[in-house]
Amino acid sequence: MSAQAPPHPARPRFRWPPNGTGQFVALALVFLANYLVSPQFFDIRLQDGRLFGSLVDVFYRGAPVALLALGMTLVIATRGIDLSVGAVMAIVGAVAASLADTEPFALTLAVSLGIGLLCGVWNGFLVAVLRIQPIVATLILMVAGRGIAQLITEGRIVTFYSEALAWFARGTVLTVPAPIVLLLAVFLLTLLLVRGTALGLMIEATGANDRAAALAGVGTYATTILVYVWSGLCAALAGLVVAADIRGADANNAGLWLELDAILAVVIGGTSLFGGRFHLGLAVVGAFIIQAMNTGILLSGFPPEFNLIVKAVAVLLVLLMQSPALQGLFERLTRRGS
Amino acid sequence: MRRFLPLLLTVAVFLIGFAACTVQFPAFASTRVAANLLTDNAFLGVTAVGMTFVIISGGIDLSVGSVIAFTSVLIAVLVGQGVPPFAAFALVLVLAALFGAGMGAVIHYLRMPPFIVTLAGMFLARGAAFMVSVDAVPINDPFYAGLYDLSFRLPGGGRLTLIAMIMLATFAFGIALAQFTRFGTNVYALGGNRVSAGLMGVPIARTTVLLYALSSVLAALAGIVFSFYTSAGYALSAVGVELDTIAAVVIGGTLLTGGQGFVFGTLIGVLIQGLIQTYIVFDGTLSSWWTKIVVGLLLFGFIVFQQTLLGLSRRSGLGAARG
Repeated sequence: MSAQAPPHPARPRFRWPPNGTGQFVALALVFLANYLVSPQFFDIRLQDGRLFGSLVDVFYRGAPVALLALGMTLVIATRGIDLSVGAVMAIVGAVAASLADTEPFALTLAVSLGIGLLCGVWNGFLVAVLRIQPIVATLILMVAGRGIAQLITEGRIVTFYSEALAWFARGTVLTVPAPIVLLLAVFLLTLLLVRGTALGLMIEATGANDRAAALAGVGTYATTILVYVWSGLCAALAGLVVAADIRGADANNAGLWLELDAILAVVIGGTSLFGGRFHLGLAVVGAFIIQAMNTGILLSGFPPEFNLIVKAVAVLLVLLMQSPALQGLFERLTRRGS
Repeated sequence: MRRFLPLLLTVAVFLIGFAACTVQFPAFASTRVAANLLTDNAFLGVTAVGMTFVIISGGIDLSVGSVIAFTSVLIAVLVGQGVPPFAAFALVLVLAALFGAGMGAVIHYLRMPPFIVTLAGMFLARGAAFMVSVDAVPINDPFYAGLYDLSFRLPGGGRLTLIAMIMLATFAFGIALAQFTRFGTNVYALGGNRVSAGLMGVPIARTTVLLYALSSVLAALAGIVFSFYTSAGYALSAVGVELDTIAAVVIGGTLLTGGQGFVFGTLIGVLIQGLIQTYIVFDGTLSSWWTKIVVGLLLFGFIVFQQTLLGLSRRSGLGAARG
């Protein structure tokens, strides 16, 4: 008997454009708009062994949100959401800045990542084991986390001199600023983790229907906890980058509202908030679209507050494009017309 | 009776907290402290009434803080240019109603999660507030000062201010709306189970649109209250109020999965948060960020409690499907 199973309906493991065409076109359009506003947008110069320029700045400034978006994509793919990443960034920044000048760097790094891990385990425990809605479960850490960060810094802005920690923002690898290299490394690692193993499939299965996935033998508990842990780790790295950038920790403002930018990046990247299929690379592109818009508004001389309106319009556009109901609405309208 | 258990727990926590404060600081039990508790949290309370309805329906509204900021800035600018305050109030309330109705329509007709739609609303309203004015705008209208001083003297030296009375009136209105009107029943039905509510004949579209319009109108009213309270309008004010409000609603015993909750519980939830802040002020040595940590802990405690209740009722076959 030929044990040939019928062709599996699952999609091919590596999908490439046309899937992401929209996002890349959008990014190109924003770049073009920036170029029209400021003709030196694409100028890149080498100075002290580091690349400088508006374009480099987009990637440099966008890296923390892109890091968050990597973790957030996996969380959203399980039909979850992680509101606590900004607060985790604040905690990690506060701890790292407090330790950096007195403790060896390896310890600082280990403690920082450990905190990200712990925060992720906490969120994952609430969502997977206690079965609390993700918005609410992560809201707890979002509210309490910033308080904890302020407790660590005692309400001050803690500065540090450690060159090793400052490397996370100021350092370069082959002239490329460290945050961009870090992002690339984490991106490849995440891609390897979810697409090189069955993990990605399990995440999608959990998000599409967790009960069915559990019955089919997917360890939904472990999968759910793991995505929140990954999100916590990404947030910890983003926290280090932001702290290194200002050479200090500001518990009030570090990572403030970045969770919303990260969610926006994931949504722009085409990952549905209803779980299931996810796109890591496109989420990163989404993060850069957001940052490129920010930079463009700054270059054009509009008040930076204008940003919020642009962001709102971007969210609405994405909503319109992704809305599961839009086709249904269209049908209803045409039916009513006939 | 199980329905009232979260509410009873909330009231018990508040009473125990108040008693503990009184034992430590005898001056705590005065009408002055009680009246200030109401005044200082008036804008939070007014917002929380709207949020309670939204959460009972199974939704969420992240835009309220931005709506408060927008309202306060717009009023400050309008009044500064000589528009009569009441005309300014009417204008912002109408604008807010349209804004909320728009969000409700997007949520219903495009079938998008309230979370992301109201997130867009949050950006939009905050951005619009900055468009009106980037600076903090003081309000010097004599009418304003007069209204703020308008208060009701309580025995014991407390002053029940106008804005505290507005908050209490809003809560009375909210309780009546939730318990004694068809709209209230529809909101509960929507939160219990959207599909079966629709099959029972609940007008889902109208209820959703009205619901978010209500939340935005109350947020705008909170903005008016806030402008009384601070005598200024500033686009950066009321950042994070949406979180405080959601926390107050949850601590007040409303189930975040929707379908269950009481407007009265939210009042207690707001007062518990105010109590923590007042305690920190009385103590004088604790830093104010302890508020956030304690509120986080309370949130955790209440959610775990609710989850346990839900699990128990599910096991005994009384509960509905999980949300």
